Amino acid sequence: MTAAVELTGVGKVFNPGRAGQVVALTGVDLTVESGQFVSLIGPSGCGKSTLLRLVADLVPPTEGTVTVAGKPARRARLDQEYGIAFQQAGLFDWRTVRRNVELPLELRGASRTERRERAGEMLDLVGLAEFAGHYPAQLSGGMQQRVAIARALAVHPPLLLMDEPFGALDEMTRERLQDELLRICARTGTSTIFVTHSIPEAVYLSDRVVVMSPRPGRITDVIEIDLGDRTEATRQSAGFFAGITKVRKALRGTPAPASTEVAAS
Amino acid sequence: MSGSREATGVSHDGGPAPSGGVWQAGSATADPVVAADPTAPVTLGRRRRARGLSGLLRALLPPLAVGVGGLALWELVVKAGRVAPFILPAPSAIGEQFWLSREIIWQTGKASGANALVGLVAGALLGILAAMAASRFRLLGEASIPVAAALNALPIIALAPILNNMFESTSSIPRRMVVAIVVFFPVFVNTLRGLRQVDPTHRELMDSYAAGGWTFTRLVRLPGALPFVFTGLRQASSLAVIAAVVAEYFGGLQDGLGSRITSAAANTAYPRAWAFVVGACVLGLLFYAAALGLERLATPWRRSG
Repeated sequence: MTAAVELTGVGKVFNPGRAGQVVALTGVDLTVESGQFVSLIGPSGCGKSTLLRLVADLVPPTEGTVTVAGKPARRARLDQEYGIAFQQAGLFDWRTVRRNVELPLELRGASRTERRERAGEMLDLVGLAEFAGHYPAQLSGGMQQRVAIARALAVHPPLLLMDEPFGALDEMTRERLQDELLRICARTGTSTIFVTHSIPEAVYLSDRVVVMSPRPGRITDVIEIDLGDRTEATRQSAGFFAGITKVRKALRGTPAPASTEVAAS
Repeated sequence: MSGSREATGVSHDGGPAPSGGVWQAGSATADPVVAADPTAPVTLGRRRRARGLSGLLRALLPPLAVGVGGLALWELVVKAGRVAPFILPAPSAIGEQFWLSREIIWQTGKASGANALVGLVAGALLGILAAMAASRFRLLGEASIPVAAALNALPIIALAPILNNMFESTSSIPRRMVVAIVVFFPVFVNTLRGLRQVDPTHRELMDSYAAGGWTFTRLVRLPGALPFVFTGLRQASSLAVIAAVVAEYFGGLQDGLGSRITSAAANTAYPRAWAFVVGACVLGLLFYAAALGLERLATPWRRSG
């Protein structure tokens, strides 16, 4: 079985050879197995968002190879092998919730009935079926983010890429959506790469937490998490706190220089 | 007064005031709705809708009271102060003339309305197409703003007689051209601004779908620019009527409201001149209301919230 994502010797330099040259990533090797949930965590400027965009083929790597679902990243993007969600829900104001979810299907040339059916199914999955006819402006931030997740999953992609999708939400909504996301990923068997700033969030969600460090952006540690099925008790369990401590130590082990923001975190 | 009007135009969002330069002294830029952020929902309408009929009454009552009170005061001042009718006729005299001339006001109003409408549609279409071209090609976009500003600075009043001479005296084209030129600028500037404002998240998302070019324009740029287009159209709608009426002051075919205003004034029939001014005002309001209604229809996502 091919890995969901495979990066070998990947590096990214912005503005190479010019005054604003920034080494965003260097020497990144990472494999995400099929069905795995992997978080990328690190301080601002460690290149975690750049790494996600390399996998998404939204920026090209300067060196190394990126393989998604056994294909070059570009091919995978054209084949819609992944769904993506950002910190901003990025819904289209002028489309109803249903038509927002239908968009990727529409671009794929799916028939009207198929689009309808699939959008309904996705909205059921995120618990927003009754809001299908609403406009995004009528929904709360958390609901908008759920629509964005439904949209990302609409084409049934084997891979889900998320860039701090819960970053702008309050703690309560955040925890509820974390549980919902885990349930959806388990149900659909989707592999996930999840960028976050939050240590507890990374530990709670992930099978593996990839710890990154800036200047130059690189992977400094990969921590395996094994908490079994997540329940209400998980957030209070010793294993959960042990995981948090491990990740925190890994982040401390590579003290980030306080000054000089590096590009594109 | 005129200072606050200009501030209204400029504060729009830091850009150039998209108002017809020559008409600055007119009523077109004193538009509080225009100054609002076009991406914001049309909250006024929503609130009114939510409160139902009694809310509608409550919203209409203050302006109505001010209007009626103002007219009464006007009447009183003219009657009590014995103001000569050639200086300021009383509202009752204007109303009487309006009723007596209703046929001719209707006829000339239709002619002016047709001129304004044709010019508005032509100018708006040109403005939108030009904005699409300018947003598509970077060089064209940079070159187009000063050209459009120069066009906007054209003294239309000076242009009208020249255009009138270019065509036969029975042609409606000169007045319509004047309208189209006046309308072009606010539509162009607002549309261009809308087309250029693309949410970076939307761009990345569409990149991830490998959707670019025309697909991107059709699905993201154009619908995103619609609120801006309508801001321009709302400004342009009143400008169009003003331009259609005033263009007649400078010759050409004399079948609209403007010609009646000048001829009535020339015959010292001031109340009648005012009656035609009222007609032009009603026409302008009709155009504005139509633009507003069209906006509501075309951007349903902005009135639900």
